[in-house]
Amino acid sequence: MNKNLAEDPQLREMVKAALAHKVTRRAVLGGAMATGAAALLAACAPGGKTELTPAKDVSDSDPSVIWSNWSLYIDVDDKGNYPTLEKFQSETGVTVTYREDYDDNDSYYGKVKDQLALGQDIGADLTCPTSWMAARWINQGYVQRFDDAELPNKKNVQPAYLGEAYDPQRTMSLPYQGILAGLAYDKAAYKAATGKSAPAVLADLWNPALKGRVGVLSEMRDTVGLVLMDQGIAIGDADSLTADAFMNAIDVVGAKVSDGQIARIKGNSYKDDLVNGDTIIAIAWSGDIIQLNAEAGYDRFGFILPESGGTISADCFVIPMGATHKKNAEKLMNFYYDPYNAAVLAAYVNYITPVVGAKEEAMKLDPALADNELIFPSEAFLSKTQGFRALDSKEEQSFTKAFQQIKLGA
Amino acid sequence: MAFAAFGSANAPAAGKPTRSGKVVIALLAPGLAYLGAFFLTPLFALIMVSLEVPDPNGGYAEYVPAFEIGNYFYVISEYLPHILRSFGYALAATVLALVISYPLAYFIGVKARPWPLLQKLMLTLVIAPFFISFLLRTLAWKQIFSNESWIVSSLHDIGLLAPTQYVVGTPFMVIFGLTYNFIPFMTLPLYTSLERLDLRYLEAGSDLYASPSKVFRKVTLPLSMPGIISGTLLTFIPIAGDYINASGDFLGSSSTSMIGNVIESNYLQINDYPSASALSVLLMGVILVLVSVYVKKSGTEDLL
Repeated sequence: MNKNLAEDPQLREMVKAALAHKVTRRAVLGGAMATGAAALLAACAPGGKTELTPAKDVSDSDPSVIWSNWSLYIDVDDKGNYPTLEKFQSETGVTVTYREDYDDNDSYYGKVKDQLALGQDIGADLTCPTSWMAARWINQGYVQRFDDAELPNKKNVQPAYLGEAYDPQRTMSLPYQGILAGLAYDKAAYKAATGKSAPAVLADLWNPALKGRVGVLSEMRDTVGLVLMDQGIAIGDADSLTADAFMNAIDVVGAKVSDGQIARIKGNSYKDDLVNGDTIIAIAWSGDIIQLNAEAGYDRFGFILPESGGTISADCFVIPMGATHKKNAEKLMNFYYDPYNAAVLAAYVNYITPVVGAKEEAMKLDPALADNELIFPSEAFLSKTQGFRALDSKEEQSFTKAFQQIKLGA
Repeated sequence: MAFAAFGSANAPAAGKPTRSGKVVIALLAPGLAYLGAFFLTPLFALIMVSLEVPDPNGGYAEYVPAFEIGNYFYVISEYLPHILRSFGYALAATVLALVISYPLAYFIGVKARPWPLLQKLMLTLVIAPFFISFLLRTLAWKQIFSNESWIVSSLHDIGLLAPTQYVVGTPFMVIFGLTYNFIPFMTLPLYTSLERLDLRYLEAGSDLYASPSKVFRKVTLPLSMPGIISGTLLTFIPIAGDYINASGDFLGSSSTSMIGNVIESNYLQINDYPSASALSVLLMGVILVLVSVYVKKSGTEDLL
């Protein structure tokens, strides 16, 4: 029944309300006003401090689940099907509606925050915000607590992903893929411009020969994080990463933007600039570079961690309060914590797999894959990476504001 | 309800003009309801949000209703360069569009009159780009002027650009894109007013020994003034609020951000709703003032 309801979550809420009460058209219109007014009130209301409660789970009667995810973030075959999802469907009988509509943490949040604040359905039962955004959802009470009985494979979570301040035991969020940011460069163009074969330190971004050909990510924690690490700041440590230290790094990036050294500050679309040659060197995410090389058909781009190290974070599964297929969503997460399935996924998406045992499975599938440090990093490799520390909401506001001022220029 | 009122008022309306008030109200009601629901309410909400303050006990990006006029002073002091840049770019692009469009519209509307087929063909050519999404067209320009393009490498070779200078991301590129994207909005109103230009006035002018340039200044230009006014309004207003051309994803960079980019970033990236709303209200106000002064000065109030 649910599948035939309107796509727009707000509209769907109204239709559901109407179906439930068998009401007249006039009452539906009234409902529309009320929903609209409620949304407006939520937008204006002080904080919305009432505690939200999980929506009723209809998983048993409706074997389906809607998953909103980032683009290029799942295995796809030549026909455009998703092999692991098909396997999941045949194993469990749950049909998955897979949407690639999570294009950016901030804009997705901007789109669904009113529904989240009211505990309404956001149109997805499962979604994958980056850890800092997942932390915000958890802190504001927007997500449901998992039922561990449905998640026997949770034991396979890499221990490195436990102990996060926002969710130490991973009861409300689980890492889908780990993300590593470092430097990507066009091998031939970099050599032609600088005479060197590869960058080694972050300061190589500031080489005058590369002026106007440098890109950085619009993800504050990666771009500013790498600069901070280059300055010797431990970005996971509140004593080291103070507001002053952060603003210092912001000044460095800001100066490079205003003198034209950095030409582009972009999200996912930085890939286009690397491909068309506008950008020669960029702060980039490891998995993208592996995929771009696969598309190019040869090792066009290199990816390195600067000597001062790279930043690491994760995109995390969360189930919003308004999700009505919690159990099915849990089955789906559990499926991807099976080492074999994780290895199949890793072979395609090329990000860091957070699943214990996936490397051994990958060894059987494709030994070269298992040896790739960017997918299955060794302890030594991981020791060169740092995660950005949790920010309180005041810090987050002032840090993001400062970074935004750089993006907008003076 | 509405139909009943319409019906009862309609029958005896002929001899009783007093009843027609109801008809007028009934006919106006849908329009008024539309304006109320989709213009006044959002405008009111926008102004309310622009006066909000951060919730002292709230989490990230949570605001409470207040009456904080300071938000306006804050956004002016913070984003004055962007505001000035927006209107500077809008002015430059509008003037460029006028300079390019006027001869074009004159040719189509006056010189090509003996050949209606040519006229129609050229009008189609002016409108044809609209058949393709303007995002795609703008991206195409970005590609044409990309750092590795032959245009940019030839500019490097002949020394017009220093080796580390590029075209995309410069004010030139943004104004170019704005002009390109809004030229049809200038050309079409100019065409409609020039198309009605009575050539006998021009003949009369030259019979009275006016030079061609004087005829143009004294006759053609004043008669095409309605076209110029509506053309400039149709380009200037949307250009001032445009955020596509100047965005880093298209033709701009951080050094070309316009007020639209600031509003977009405040709303969608950092969720600073009060600042974004205050900027929107300001943008609206400034445009309103500029436009009314402009219309007053050019003596074409009748147009509005």
